[in-house]
Amino acid sequence: MADAQFEPRIVGFLCRWCSYTGADLAGTSRIQYPPNLTPIRVMCSGRVDPTFIVKALADGADGVLVAGCHPGDCHYQEGNYKTMRRYPLLLRLLDQFGIERDRVRLEWISASEGDHFAAVVKEFTEKIRALGPLHWNGKALAPAVAEPV
Amino acid sequence: MAAKPKVAFYWCASCGGCEETVVDLHEDVLKVVEAVDIALWPVALDFKLHHVQAWKPGEVAVAFINGAVRLSEQEEWVKLLREKCPLVVAFGSCAHLGGIPGLANDESRREILANKYLRSPTVDNPQEIFPQESCQVNGYHLDLPNFWKEVKTLDQVIEVDYYLPGCPPPTDTVAAAVTAILKGELPPKGSVLAPEKSLCESCPRKDSKPERFALSAFKRIATSIPDAEECFLAQGYACMGPATRSGCGERCLHGNMPCRGCFGPPPGSLDQGTKMLSTLATLGEARDEEAAEDFAATLADPLGTFYRFSLPASLLRRSRRAEET
Repeated sequence: MADAQFEPRIVGFLCRWCSYTGADLAGTSRIQYPPNLTPIRVMCSGRVDPTFIVKALADGADGVLVAGCHPGDCHYQEGNYKTMRRYPLLLRLLDQFGIERDRVRLEWISASEGDHFAAVVKEFTEKIRALGPLHWNGKALAPAVAEPV
Repeated sequence: MAAKPKVAFYWCASCGGCEETVVDLHEDVLKVVEAVDIALWPVALDFKLHHVQAWKPGEVAVAFINGAVRLSEQEEWVKLLREKCPLVVAFGSCAHLGGIPGLANDESRREILANKYLRSPTVDNPQEIFPQESCQVNGYHLDLPNFWKEVKTLDQVIEVDYYLPGCPPPTDTVAAAVTAILKGELPPKGSVLAPEKSLCESCPRKDSKPERFALSAFKRIATSIPDAEECFLAQGYACMGPATRSGCGERCLHGNMPCRGCFGPPPGSLDQGTKMLSTLATLGEARDEEAAEDFAATLADPLGTFYRFSLPASLLRRSRRAEET
């Protein structure tokens, strides 16, 4: 059930060279976008271990955005290709856990694409709002004792 | 002569393989018996709860507990052993990380019971009768333990001092641990009593690991036979070696089986499964999104592969399906 009061909590792992700079550009250009994303600057989208994404979801995030340089533009040549290969396998794993694919999003955002960054955050926030809260930890830590069948 | 220290062995949700490890000490088991008295060992000798309740605190020095925890009865036993024993060692993958029984955290309690009591081919149960926690039979009151909604690791139920990993723990690591306990030469509390490096470091196929991998698809052990010399990952098998602690004696590798991860992650790793996913996915050769998706699709059952022994100890602990009642 979508809660009228629900504000999505989104963690964003942004690559230092492209996407974080793109987010900066969105800010300095005074583009309006929802405040729901908490950005975390990383050196490369390839540094985003799937463990970070899963830990964010387990610890209360409703969605996770990973953003890096466009393929071919990686400051470290190969980093974003590694992210590109991890992403579909992570989605398959999340399918099995029962976590909706739409909660984890991978985007290529260059340093000059401030408007694209703002549009992605806006669209992603609305998508997560429609999905509702994840509240994973609350569920996993619920009392173990079960009702009789 | 000073009295011999007493030790206890107990089992929860386990297969008996850990008990087998103790038996596999063969004649060395006599050395163990020479050094310690076995105060509790339900697999071999008859003990009741009240025997343990009668122990003086500290009388039994160490409890080796194997198996994951899913029943209220198991909780009662391990809490009692924790109360009585100064040292508790989680023995084997199930007590350490949840183990194979922990994979049940991918299914709901209702489905598990229905499979057992309704759909099993040897069961005829038209009235759909399930075991109840208490019932009256011929004037007698009978109780059964509560079957929890999820499988837990031992340290999710009681405080654990040390971990002996493995499915089952190899006899030499067991012998080394027992010796260390007897001599009082123990590492810091909470340690896993096994090496800290990943299995790749001690892999007999280490030299055949290529500098760069370029996999186009994963292979399955069920449908193909691996080369007996080459690195499993280079061949396309999902070998858990990079995300698994060494110390197992490379038993599976010597049997031409890729590592399945029973020793759990090396220290500092929060989640064995996502760590393995991180490594494995990057071995692909994909240069665009479509190829990456095709590559990922060739791995059968990512959850079962990455969390074969560690689902209850993982960050997510159980699937949403397991939540359904």
